Amino acid sequence: MTGFWSRYRRNLGGVIGLGLLAAVLVLALAAPLLFPVSPWQMRGAPLLAPLEETEFLLGTDMLGRDIAAGLAHGARVSLLVGTVSTLFAVLLGVGIGAPAGYFGGRIDDGLMRITEFFQTIPQLAMAIVLVAIFTPSLASIVLAIALVSWPPVARLVRAEVLSLREREFVEAAVVIGRPSWRILLDDILPNALPPVIVTATLMVATAILTEAALSFLGLGDKNFMSWGFMVGAARTMLREAPLLTVFPGIAILITVLAINLAGEGLNDALNPRLRERGE
Amino acid sequence: MLRFLTGRLVKAILVILAIAALNFLLIRLAPGDPASVLAGEAGASDPKFVEQLREQFGLNEPLWKQLGLYLWKVAQFDFGYSYRNHVPVMQLILERLPATLLLMASSFVVSIALGVGFGALAAGVSFFDRARWLDPLIMAVALLFYATPLFWLALMMVIVFSVQLDWLPAFGMESVGANLKGLARAADIGKHLILPTLALSFFFMSVYVRLTRAAMMEVMMQDHVRTAFAKGMKPWRVLRRHVLRNALLPIVTFAGLQLGQVAGGAVLVETVFAWPGIGRLMFDALLQRDYQLLLGVFLVTSATVIAFNILTDVAYRFVDPRIRIGGGAK
Repeated sequence: MTGFWSRYRRNLGGVIGLGLLAAVLVLALAAPLLFPVSPWQMRGAPLLAPLEETEFLLGTDMLGRDIAAGLAHGARVSLLVGTVSTLFAVLLGVGIGAPAGYFGGRIDDGLMRITEFFQTIPQLAMAIVLVAIFTPSLASIVLAIALVSWPPVARLVRAEVLSLREREFVEAAVVIGRPSWRILLDDILPNALPPVIVTATLMVATAILTEAALSFLGLGDKNFMSWGFMVGAARTMLREAPLLTVFPGIAILITVLAINLAGEGLNDALNPRLRERGE
Repeated sequence: MLRFLTGRLVKAILVILAIAALNFLLIRLAPGDPASVLAGEAGASDPKFVEQLREQFGLNEPLWKQLGLYLWKVAQFDFGYSYRNHVPVMQLILERLPATLLLMASSFVVSIALGVGFGALAAGVSFFDRARWLDPLIMAVALLFYATPLFWLALMMVIVFSVQLDWLPAFGMESVGANLKGLARAADIGKHLILPTLALSFFFMSVYVRLTRAAMMEVMMQDHVRTAFAKGMKPWRVLRRHVLRNALLPIVTFAGLQLGQVAGGAVLVETVFAWPGIGRLMFDALLQRDYQLLLGVFLVTSATVIAFNILTDVAYRFVDPRIRIGGGAK
């Protein structure tokens, strides 16, 4: 673990990313304490500029809702949807990629056809259709994002398993008569994990962008304030109050950037040999 | 080549039918009566229309018959009827498709040109050991664009270039009521195309920058590059003919894979710029809860992506002469 951290530390971007991410996480966790009143509530005069009234750090929107409160509560939705949907996508990807790589043959062919099919479909369009038809809610958003983002994980896991199953320790396990599913679960998958972790980290960033896009289009969960919704709602005030659009967008940008930087740091720390290739 | 194309077309048709089957499945899984789901928010209040749909889609028949009927309709390009717009869904989509194709194609070209250009520049400065600071700068900007939400970037461009500077139009595809003809009309459309194209391109450009740079860095370390140098070839020529040429392969592969995302991005960009394409149509279908229209647009968007995919496969043949599509040496 100490070796891991000392390698991670060498990537300055990774450290900055981790710091930013920690800040967003703290904001998300502290949101109910910092802004106990619902971010949907109209609390001040409409369209206050930032710091025009000390109570509203970033001003208010066209309905007098507190922008800062919206940003803090929005962080909760972004991080939650980003991580949970990625978790589901990884489970799905491993569930499809691992048997494809391990068993090969027809199973591989069949599973890879399914993977290719989902990869050709325009992801965002499919997520839109899914959320619209199953009515927008946190659950449908999470499932829709998971359902469109697992194929890269499946391909990655399949490739890793393909190369690992030829290794001697796997042959040894076969010889001593361990059942296939145990070999796959206990011997192969743990070794295939590092690249999956890096990919999963980057997928959280993509999932956050997708969630933002969905709620921007009006497909967000109406019970939770989200950054994409804030951008979408402020769109009509683009001329009068551009800052309303600017703030939530910057929040998305910083979070996604932080995760990408942290992911690169993680990559350097977990796969030190890749670094020299300039990747 | 012909055999390759027929093979690809058959596969494409199978995939499109599979997507249609998925559509059918979604309607059945959606909460509520499938007939009212199909009718959409406006149509569901009209019992006559709902009854007509029930008849038309055989909703009282067994499931397999319904699926067969649905696929048969799709095969005949019958995507249903938009109650809100009082026209067949297919007609609405066909009216809007050219605008989306124009936007997707222009952004496809722009993002590849800029991405490969800047990526090659980033790799080139370390190759020649000149102006090395350009490399981290280009990569940082690429990372920034990679993290920027597409729809937000589009809005920011409207604020800067339309509202503040008043250089370019922010909405629509043509000036309203201008009634331009010929070249003047093309120029007018071109002017409207600039902001949407750039908004849609920057994200993908950043992906190509990273990909090109990484691919070139890898090729640079290979033996044939050293050989080219050793026989006294000029560095620029080595970079162009031996490094970039070989690095293009993963880029073409990737371009094909990216298309689905470009189509998704088009939905967002068209929504922001009121671009009259099928992406905007999808947004309108959402607002009107017109599910027949929504599913129709989804299917056509997927078909468009598949068609573009076949084109990139053909492009592959020109980039890599080693690949003999449809037989011969693999």
